[in-house]
Amino acid sequence: MLDSADHRDPGSTTMDQTYYRPDDLPRFEEIGREASDLAAKFFDWYGAVFAEGALTAREKALIALAVSHAVQCPYCIDAYTSESLRNGADAEQMTEAVHVAAAIRGGASLVHGVQMRNHLHRLGM
Amino acid sequence: MKDASPAGPPAAETTSGTAPARGRVSRVLPTLNKRRLPLASATAQRGILSRVPLPTSFEDALEQAGLYPLRATGIEVLQINVGKKCNQTCRHCHVDAGPDRTEMMSDAVLDRCLEIVENSSIPTVDVTGGAPELHKRWREIVQRGRAAGKHVMDRCNLTILLLPNYRYLPGFLAEHRVEVVASLPHYRPALTNAQRGDGVFEESIEAIQMLNAVGYGMEGSGLVLNLVTNPVGTFLPGSQSALERDWKQQLRRRYGVEFNHLYTITNLPISRYLEFLEAEGRTHEYLERLANAFNPTAAAGVMCRTTLSVGWDGTLYDCDFNQMLELPLSPGVPRTIFDFDPAALEGREIVLGPHCFGCTAGSGSSCGGATVAS
Repeated sequence: MLDSADHRDPGSTTMDQTYYRPDDLPRFEEIGREASDLAAKFFDWYGAVFAEGALTAREKALIALAVSHAVQCPYCIDAYTSESLRNGADAEQMTEAVHVAAAIRGGASLVHGVQMRNHLHRLGM
Repeated sequence: MKDASPAGPPAAETTSGTAPARGRVSRVLPTLNKRRLPLASATAQRGILSRVPLPTSFEDALEQAGLYPLRATGIEVLQINVGKKCNQTCRHCHVDAGPDRTEMMSDAVLDRCLEIVENSSIPTVDVTGGAPELHKRWREIVQRGRAAGKHVMDRCNLTILLLPNYRYLPGFLAEHRVEVVASLPHYRPALTNAQRGDGVFEESIEAIQMLNAVGYGMEGSGLVLNLVTNPVGTFLPGSQSALERDWKQQLRRRYGVEFNHLYTITNLPISRYLEFLEAEGRTHEYLERLANAFNPTAAAGVMCRTTLSVGWDGTLYDCDFNQMLELPLSPGVPRTIFDFDPAALEGREIVLGPHCFGCTAGSGSSCGGATVAS
């Protein structure tokens, strides 16, 4: 018999039962404690990447939001949802960005179908 | 997040932020005052704010920045709040303004304000409300202020320009070379209407077109139209200069309209915005976000140091936010417009509260937008 607790809605799962914890996001910089030189290089470079340049801050935030979905990083999704809003993007722009990520992911699978077809031709008659 | 940590990794700010606009937003709703809600009371608002546990008090944050006690440095702006009546009921309004409000500045108070405008050296007169144009003597403030050689600013909600009796406004504003400061939270309809009510965006664009037609925002005209964006949600505004570039490009491309500068103004947890935070259970989270983003440079540049704010009943305040929280000037200085004495007011100690974190967060916030370049 399963305990009644096992029938809970997954949405009610307490935080300590998950790998990803929202509280961990602000602790990102702790990664510098064991290899501070490397972390400093990363964070400097990271800051420079997101500085306003040939692309606007809004465009960079939307690209980051799309990539966050492609790499399926919940921390990044939270962070770049905030950053997209702060930099003037709206829900429609952000949703389109996610579709761009999804289209590339879907397209990446589908275009490998050509690989399948190549191999099919090599094996078939 | 970039404001808090320049080399910022994915944000320390895990805002649950703003959900997409949820359904229709009525254009005009009863105010908190009309609905007799607890938060219609400034005392109740101050009570909520004082009970929010924060890592540090605003006074301590200033102390650590070497700015406590915070003192005014002069009076550069006389901000006259002529009353709470408005033709809109924006969800973030710190005034709880709306069509059902009746508080309007009396003749006696307004006469005294105009006397000061004409006889003091304060260079700027900033007229706000409510919708200030609804005051029956608003035109007189503009005319006499300009005749006295003052820079006059009108805090305009844009839609007022489309009301039948107010079609004269663009011509009148241009004739008197009034600086127009107008709210437009976003260059696309959804977010603007989510904050200000359905249809406000479309009318706002029409109003900007009317202002452009008389020269406002157009190069070489000298007629200044500045837009204000408040975040539609619980996040802090991004870089004002970057947003301004984006707003200009997008508004020009989509609607062919022009303006001069974009001001980012952080939402302060007062009145209807506080009610929204309370209803969503986000008051603590929001105040903590503001407090964590405390920026000493922004604190040094807060507008209360150079502003004197007059309420509709003639009471003096350090700013419009203190006015709505009914926090008058510190004891020992003139406290109504009838006792106005610049010498006694110029170096006054500013009255503070947890809401002040709103003006010192990130790039800072004031009636003229960010106070720190970003």
